[in-house]
Amino acid sequence: MKAILALEDGTWFGGTSFTGPGETQGEVIFNTGMTGYQEILTDPSYAGQMVCMTYPLIGNYGVNPQDVESKRLYLDGFIVKECCKKPSNWRSTMSLPEYLRASGVLGIEGIDTRALTTHLRLKGAMRGLISTQELDPAKLSARAKAIPEMEGLSLGDKVGTLEPYAWTSTGPRTVSVKDGYAWRDRGPRVVVFDFGVKWNILRLLTELGFDVLTVPWSTTAEQVRALNADAVFISNGPGDPAALTEAVDTFKSLVETHPVAGICLGHQLLGLALGGTTFKLPFGHHGCNHPVKDLTTGKIEISSQNHGFCVDLSCCPDVVPTHVNLNDQTLEGFAHRTKPVIAIQYHPEAAPGPHDSRYFFGRFRDMVRERTGK
Amino acid sequence: MPKRTDLKKIMLIGSGPIIIGQACEFDYSGTQAVKALKEEGYEVVLVNSNPATIMTDPDLADRTYIEPIDPETVAKIIEKERPDALLPTLGGQTGLNTAIAVAEAGILDKYGVELIGANLAVIKKAESRELFRKAMRDIGLKVPESGIARNMDEVRDCGRKLTFPIIVRPAFTMGGTGGGVAYNMDDLEEISARGLAASLKSEIMLEQSLLGWKEFELEVMRDKKDNCVIICSIENLDPMGVHTGDSITVAPAQTLTDCEYQKMRDAAIAIMREIGVETGGSNVQFAINPVDGEMMIIEMNPRVSRSSALASKATGFPIAKIAAKLAVGYTLDEIPNDITRETMASFEPAIDYCVVKIPRFTFEKFPGAKDELTTAMKSVGETMAIGRTFKEALQKGLRSLETGMPGLGKLFSSLPRDREDILAKLRTPNSQRLYALRHALLSGLTEEDIFEASAIDPWFIRQIKDLVDYEAVLQTVKPGDDDFAANMLKAKEYGFSDRQLSTMWSLSEFEVRALRKSLNIEPVYYLVDTCAAEFTAHTPYYYSTYETGREVQPKKVKKVVILGGGPNRIGQGIEFDYCCCHCSFALREEGVMSIMVNSNPETVSTDYDTSDRLYFEPLTFEDVLNIIEFEQPDGVVVQFGGQTPLNLAVPLMKAGVKLIGTSPDSIDRAEDRKRFKEVVDKLGLMQPESGTAMSLTEAREIAAHLDYPLVLRPSYVLGGRGMDIVYGLDEFEAYFANCSVISPDHPILIDKFLDHALEVDVDALSDGTDTYIGGIMEHIEEAGIHSGDSACVLPPYSIPAHVVKEIERQTVALAQELNVIGLMNIQFAVKDEVVFILEVNPRASRTAPFVSKATGVPLAKLATKVMLGAKVKDLDPWSMRKEGHVSVKESVFPFNRFPGVDVLLGPEMRSTGEVMGIDSTFGLAYMKALMAASGRPPLSGTVFISVNDRDKPDMLVAAQGFHSLGFKIVATKGTAKFLIANGIKTEAVFKVGEGRPNIVDAMINKTIDLVINTVTGKKTVHESKSIRQTALLYSIPYTTTISGAKAMAEAVREVRESGLGVRCIQEYYGKVGK
Repeated sequence: MKAILALEDGTWFGGTSFTGPGETQGEVIFNTGMTGYQEILTDPSYAGQMVCMTYPLIGNYGVNPQDVESKRLYLDGFIVKECCKKPSNWRSTMSLPEYLRASGVLGIEGIDTRALTTHLRLKGAMRGLISTQELDPAKLSARAKAIPEMEGLSLGDKVGTLEPYAWTSTGPRTVSVKDGYAWRDRGPRVVVFDFGVKWNILRLLTELGFDVLTVPWSTTAEQVRALNADAVFISNGPGDPAALTEAVDTFKSLVETHPVAGICLGHQLLGLALGGTTFKLPFGHHGCNHPVKDLTTGKIEISSQNHGFCVDLSCCPDVVPTHVNLNDQTLEGFAHRTKPVIAIQYHPEAAPGPHDSRYFFGRFRDMVRERTGK
Repeated sequence: MPKRTDLKKIMLIGSGPIIIGQACEFDYSGTQAVKALKEEGYEVVLVNSNPATIMTDPDLADRTYIEPIDPETVAKIIEKERPDALLPTLGGQTGLNTAIAVAEAGILDKYGVELIGANLAVIKKAESRELFRKAMRDIGLKVPESGIARNMDEVRDCGRKLTFPIIVRPAFTMGGTGGGVAYNMDDLEEISARGLAASLKSEIMLEQSLLGWKEFELEVMRDKKDNCVIICSIENLDPMGVHTGDSITVAPAQTLTDCEYQKMRDAAIAIMREIGVETGGSNVQFAINPVDGEMMIIEMNPRVSRSSALASKATGFPIAKIAAKLAVGYTLDEIPNDITRETMASFEPAIDYCVVKIPRFTFEKFPGAKDELTTAMKSVGETMAIGRTFKEALQKGLRSLETGMPGLGKLFSSLPRDREDILAKLRTPNSQRLYALRHALLSGLTEEDIFEASAIDPWFIRQIKDLVDYEAVLQTVKPGDDDFAANMLKAKEYGFSDRQLSTMWSLSEFEVRALRKSLNIEPVYYLVDTCAAEFTAHTPYYYSTYETGREVQPKKVKKVVILGGGPNRIGQGIEFDYCCCHCSFALREEGVMSIMVNSNPETVSTDYDTSDRLYFEPLTFEDVLNIIEFEQPDGVVVQFGGQTPLNLAVPLMKAGVKLIGTSPDSIDRAEDRKRFKEVVDKLGLMQPESGTAMSLTEAREIAAHLDYPLVLRPSYVLGGRGMDIVYGLDEFEAYFANCSVISPDHPILIDKFLDHALEVDVDALSDGTDTYIGGIMEHIEEAGIHSGDSACVLPPYSIPAHVVKEIERQTVALAQELNVIGLMNIQFAVKDEVVFILEVNPRASRTAPFVSKATGVPLAKLATKVMLGAKVKDLDPWSMRKEGHVSVKESVFPFNRFPGVDVLLGPEMRSTGEVMGIDSTFGLAYMKALMAASGRPPLSGTVFISVNDRDKPDMLVAAQGFHSLGFKIVATKGTAKFLIANGIKTEAVFKVGEGRPNIVDAMINKTIDLVINTVTGKKTVHESKSIRQTALLYSIPYTTTISGAKAMAEAVREVRESGLGVRCIQEYYGKVGK
């Protein structure tokens, strides 16, 4: 079915919907990962965005029940050059078009994704619409201008959990914390603030022996203290960190009492809580091949990245940068000089992407052990 | 960490001659490495016996030894040069093995030479199957069940323990020489015997077969701070069981989820660490069970490889260059990415296109060899194609192969019928499997049937099915239909060529082109940028596709397009790539923008910084004309890339393209037999008598008129395809019984064969007025052996001066008459001091690099300048010429790859590569050439001689030579009788079939050190074949020509008298020229 992708600046691309009729909108970004579309589709951080895959052949290995990063699909549109309808992989149980259709996500193929990517690189990420109904690009572009900008957008409610849940070997299990929480006490207790957490973060924390309790992002510092947690972990998630002022206040308080770590949005929120500022990158970092240097060891890791905002720590003397992106020298991680606080801008949990940065969870584990003796 | 300053002088070992499994990818990587080290200020000493390489150009390394690559010679060079370090990982398996040998011999310790990149322990851990398997188990990775055997008893023992099929892999060989798949004990013994003989260490591994598993490869780089990056993942279309060099491969991997890919990535990095590859590139091969994803490690190479060359071309990441820099101490984050300039080499390339590599086979050259693909590599070259989709890349790749296929399909009207035959072709992998797959789909076989027969992943089968299904659609559309433009566009997006469409629509290719252009369906050119458009790219490396973007713009400067040679094949290889590169260098020197078009990923010409622009495209009329129309160059060069671009000359000229250099009309006058005869007659020169037959009747008439022996060959062929010498009527009839076609469109050329004539090759440079004779090469083998297969000597060693003068005179006359602008090559025969012209090629020849190295005159560069308008007189090549030494070129053959094929030389070219020997005398230079080509001939011992009656008188000289040097002579009855009668003490031995022990027994028992065996006539050929096969199998030096035997005796004598020294090419050039 014929479909059109139109951007706010009037640029448009003709293609074909591989998921049937529909219309969708969002911020158009590109991802340079050559594998991992299923993880991308289920990554809550992509809420509000339409992802263009730069690798042209997508869907080859289908979809399986294991490689999911959350309960459902969060992005608002999927843009590819050629979608494979008949996948081949021993774990595949469904094709990509079926998967998207089942979740009501519009997929468009036949797009010159390289031309689109080049355009976004030069002009920056921009808002757009995909439609099979309205095929007049000018009208679609006009409507794209009315889509809310990512800057200033808070999306935590849309993607984060509303109920606390524990992480178990079979996945999430909703729990009640109204009357306190019965920790299983198999290891240090960690409260994970869910702004759209990727499940692999929870899997890896559990693997390291943490007793993991995931809580709504709006949980207060007092509530956390009432839970008797040993440590706090702040998840990734979509949207503009600067819009989450309440959460920033919560973390300002928690860093005084708990070891705290943050990933991605969590990194940005901790940066704000420690007195830094955030700004939007022109087209963000989305891919699996960004080199990051760990300034504490001098080693380089190939990282999985997915962020549009970045932290500026220039006015925070108490915070030291620990990681830097070797492509554009932007900040990729920091630690507090005295407090047990570490954060990382990219995705050590990978999924998708290289596993080079998994040591981050080990560092968090060590930090908690040092602080709590557990 | 900055580069090391304790090192000043670094030695590199190249890979020697082009052979199957080790081709020009090592010139590409070696050249990058030499340049990278020079850039860092190191003094570079290079050893490589291959004159056709760019890396042996005298101005590349500081000290270039064109000497045999053997431990003894390399030790001499080390002793002389005293390098601080030896970098062993950039010269293929040859370079690595030689480095191991000199290290183990204590040479490196003795002279304080450090192995950089990978040390001895690392190399051994990676290369020894046993150590490697243990290492893998230590880090929890699985390897196939296997056993190691060092002799036949151990082979049988393993055979009893393992389950068939069993894969035989010799240790320390490249390209799986001597390997194979055994389905039963008999197979196992046969293949193992070959494998043990081929292995450097007489060690083979017998391994549980993973036939039908999916095969993947990762290219890894590591620096000394333990930073690791994966440059490229590669998935093989062919499942396990087909050597990866013979497999159609695709980058990046297509059918792995991120989870599975990351598992593989983790394993590859763990392997790098466990093996301990300190710095540089390595590749790791994986097998994946398609049923449950179980992963096994097949092997790793701790060096740059064919795959790393492919990965470099597929991603734009120069692995060899970076490996060289890492070896001298840099880390990945200190080396800039040339393509983005903003970012560093410490990243993993992201690509936004699909790359397909397809191997090129030449089974037709080796009658008797089965077209069957196994774990021993058989392909002689490869082509790579880039497209936005697999379908587009695949079809571009198939038409790049130049096997006459314009894509996946060629004929669209006839439906294949015999399903059983098709399935059989799918069950046993062969060079035609992809076409069989298409036929299978056309004949209605299902994806499941095909998968079951071939074990090719269903994803690939479905991609091909998309193409086949769309063929059917395309046949129903016609110009003028409403959706014609949409279908035409989709056809182009699917990679269909204009030629395919022209067949489907019964139009001419030109009509399709005009129609397409009238619909504005034209390709755009996209960048290979390492980063999927995430950053601005600066390196102009392009591929065509049918998309919407316009990211490449032609520049308004003076520019010239160079058409390359496409995939390597026998008859067209690295020599032509060398010429294309030199053309590019010359253009740069002249301030003219150079634009290279080529599809061969192994070459220097397709390195991203060789030319100002690189179009990685098929060399077909359509693809080339697209580029020319887009770029609007001032000229196009067709004379350097061999026959491929030359064949495009006339069509391009007709399309209005401006070619520079010798005009297509002159080319035609030289190539068209009739027109050339007019030229010869006009100049009063001599040619062997000849005729052209359009039918068998005509052929018989001509034969009767000319009388035997005769040379028969189809017109317009490369490398003597289908060419034969017949000595009588029976052989004549047999030729036509086997010969495919004879018709007015495919005439057969018949020449009187000049028996016992000397053959001479001449390379010359001309501007139409003045002609410089680049080199006159006297062949060691007589006329009748393809010039590409002969050894030759420069300057001539036995031709009288007045005959040389006459050859020069004729060369000049022909160059002027044909108005040659650039290079030309002439083959002459000299019989009884009369000069005959055999052939004129108004283009760069196979020998151009050899002549250039031998004389110090860069012929291809000068030719380019002449083509741009310079005068030969002003360039004055005479003043550059270096003399006072003798250079010998010897050919290298792939017979050990094709068990059962006879090794006799003939008019059909079969060599894959060449080496050069250079020294002060003929004997010494020839000895070096022999050593470089196939190992040192014995300096004493026993010579076995068996020659046909025709050769006996000539044989006497050679036999006397060996006899006087103290060799024991053994001969078959007839030869022995003749030799004894002529006063040479000879011991008679049984022929095979006369009784036991016979000559073959003696050879197997290692009592024969050298075999001289000449034959004529099919009967003797058949009778003596086992002798030559045994020599090949047991690596006993042999020659099949009398002239070769004579030259060998001479060489042995001189070496025994004076010994062999080593001298670099720069030293030879230090001598004063003419």
